[in-house]
Amino acid sequence: MEVSVIRAGMQTTVQDLGRRGHLAEGVPVGGAADPFALRIANLLVGNAEDSTALEVTLIGPELEFREAAWIAVCGARFEGVPAWRPLRIEAGGRIRFGRRLQGCRAYLSISGGFDVEPVMGGRGTLLSAGVGGFHGRALRDGDVLRSVSSQRHLSGHWSIDERVLPHYSTEPTVRVIPGAHAAEFGEELYSSRFGVTAKSSRMGLRLEGPRLVRRSGADLVSTAVSPGTIQVPPDGNPIVLIADAQTLGGYPRIAHVAAVDIPLLAQLAPGDGVRFSRTTVGEAHALARTEGRRIALLHQGLAEKIHPE
Amino acid sequence: MKLEPLGDSAVIATLGSGIDAATFASVLSFADAILASKRAGITDVVPAYETVAAFYDPAFFTETPGDAYGEVCRFLESCAERARFAPPASGARVVEIPVCYGGEFGPDLGRLAELCGVRAEEAVALHAGADYLVHAIGFTPGFPYLGGLPDALRTPRRDTPRAHVPAGSVAIGGSQTGVYPVDSPGGWQIIGRTPMVLFRPMERPAALLRPGDRVRFKAVSAPEFASWK
Repeated sequence: MEVSVIRAGMQTTVQDLGRRGHLAEGVPVGGAADPFALRIANLLVGNAEDSTALEVTLIGPELEFREAAWIAVCGARFEGVPAWRPLRIEAGGRIRFGRRLQGCRAYLSISGGFDVEPVMGGRGTLLSAGVGGFHGRALRDGDVLRSVSSQRHLSGHWSIDERVLPHYSTEPTVRVIPGAHAAEFGEELYSSRFGVTAKSSRMGLRLEGPRLVRRSGADLVSTAVSPGTIQVPPDGNPIVLIADAQTLGGYPRIAHVAAVDIPLLAQLAPGDGVRFSRTTVGEAHALARTEGRRIALLHQGLAEKIHPE
Repeated sequence: MKLEPLGDSAVIATLGSGIDAATFASVLSFADAILASKRAGITDVVPAYETVAAFYDPAFFTETPGDAYGEVCRFLESCAERARFAPPASGARVVEIPVCYGGEFGPDLGRLAELCGVRAEEAVALHAGADYLVHAIGFTPGFPYLGGLPDALRTPRRDTPRAHVPAGSVAIGGSQTGVYPVDSPGGWQIIGRTPMVLFRPMERPAALLRPGDRVRFKAVSAPEFASWK
C-alpha cells in the first residue's frame, strides 16, 4: 500500500526501537526518541511493538493513503489528529497534522508497518550517517512510502487508559542515577530548572540554567556514553543525550536519566524546562519492570479488540 | 578494575588510568572475554582507551531479584578473571590506508605544517611514517581514534568546527589522528583524504577498523587516488 507525502513537516523520519550490537562500531542505538509512544502506536494497530512508524517533529506532515488502513498517533498532540487510539482511514483519505498542542514528537503507526529495508538490524533512520529508514533521510514533499499490506478488524470505539501513559509535561522532573563525576559538581543539577534550547536534536537536548562548575580540572579520556547520559562541557551547560547520541563522549558524566523517563525528555520542545531528581539503578530497574507489566496488560486488552481479518 | 553504573542499562569498567599499552591490552582482552562468553542479555561491549562498557538488559539478570546490577558486576568480574589467564592476542591486524595529502583534499595541511614549524612535505612524511593503534571507534559510525601521532604533529583543533567534512578526510586533533568515515561536522585539522571506505552499513562488520588494529598511512598521488579500488 502506498502512502504519499503531501507535506513532509519539519523532520519526519521512519523509526523503530533502534539497533543493538553495533555500539562498538560507533553506530548509535537510534530508533524512536520516545520509544514508549512508538510501542503503543504499534500495539494500537495490531503491529509488533518494534514495527516501524513515522516520528513527527514539532511541525507535522500531511499524508494521503492509497488504500484503507488503520493508523494510530501517539506522543505529542497536534490539532486535528486524535491521539492514543486507532483511526480508520478510508482509501484516498488524508491525515493533516495541524498546530502542535503539546509535546515535541508524535509517532504515526500503520497496520502492517512501513516497508523499509533493515540496516544493521534496525529499520530506523540514522540521519547523522544517512543510513536506514527511508533512503537514510527525513521525508520530503512528494515522497511515496510503502506499507506492508495487512488486514485487521478493530472493534468498537475506545482509546487507551491515560493512566498507563508517562507523565508527559512541559516542565517534568526526570529521575537520574548519579554518574562517575557527580561528586565533582555541586547540587545545582538537583535544585534548579534547566531550559531546553533550540540547539537540541535527536542526538541530545542542550540545556541552559545555572552554570554547572566542575571542581576538578583533571583531564578525561573518552568512554562509552548512551542515551540518557548527561554530559557537562566546559561551558557548564549540560547536554542530555537521547536516541542518536554519539557512542563515545569525553565530557564529565554528571548523571544518567532512568530509561523509563527518557520519553519525558523526548517530548520537550525548545522553551520547555526540566528538573532532575536522584534515583538508584535498582529503583530504575523496578520502574522499568512496572512499565513492562503495564504495556503487557495493555497488549492483552488490545488482543481482544484487534483481529486479523 | 573499578565497576560503576553507566545509567540503568550499562556497567562501565575502568582498567587503568590514561592511555598506556598495558592498560589498553587488558581492555582488549577483557572486552574479548565478555564477548566470548556469549552471555544472553549483554547487548553491546564498547572498549575505549582505559574502559570497557557492557550494556545489558536487566530482564536477563534475575538470579538475585532486584539486583540485576550486582549480577552484571559479578558476571564481569568472572570475565576479568578469565581474561587474566587468556593468552595474549596473536599479532594485531595491520591496515594500510592510502592518503592523498594536501591540496583540495587536505585544506589544513599548510596551516598545520606552519603551526608545527615544518614544511608540508615533512609533515606528510611524519604522518605517513608512524605506526598507529586504534584506541576506540566512535564519534561517527566507523571513526577510528588513532594513537601514535608523532609529537611534532600535535596541533590544536580548529577554533570553529566545520559544518561539513567529506567522508574519507584524514585529520589531526590534539595528539590524535583519525579518518572521517561519513560526511559529518568536524573540528579536526584536515590534511588529506583516503579513497578507502571505512564504513559499509550493509556489510558485517560495518566498520573497517576495530579497537586494537594497527594502522599505517601511505601517501598516494591524485591520479592514484582517482584510480584506487
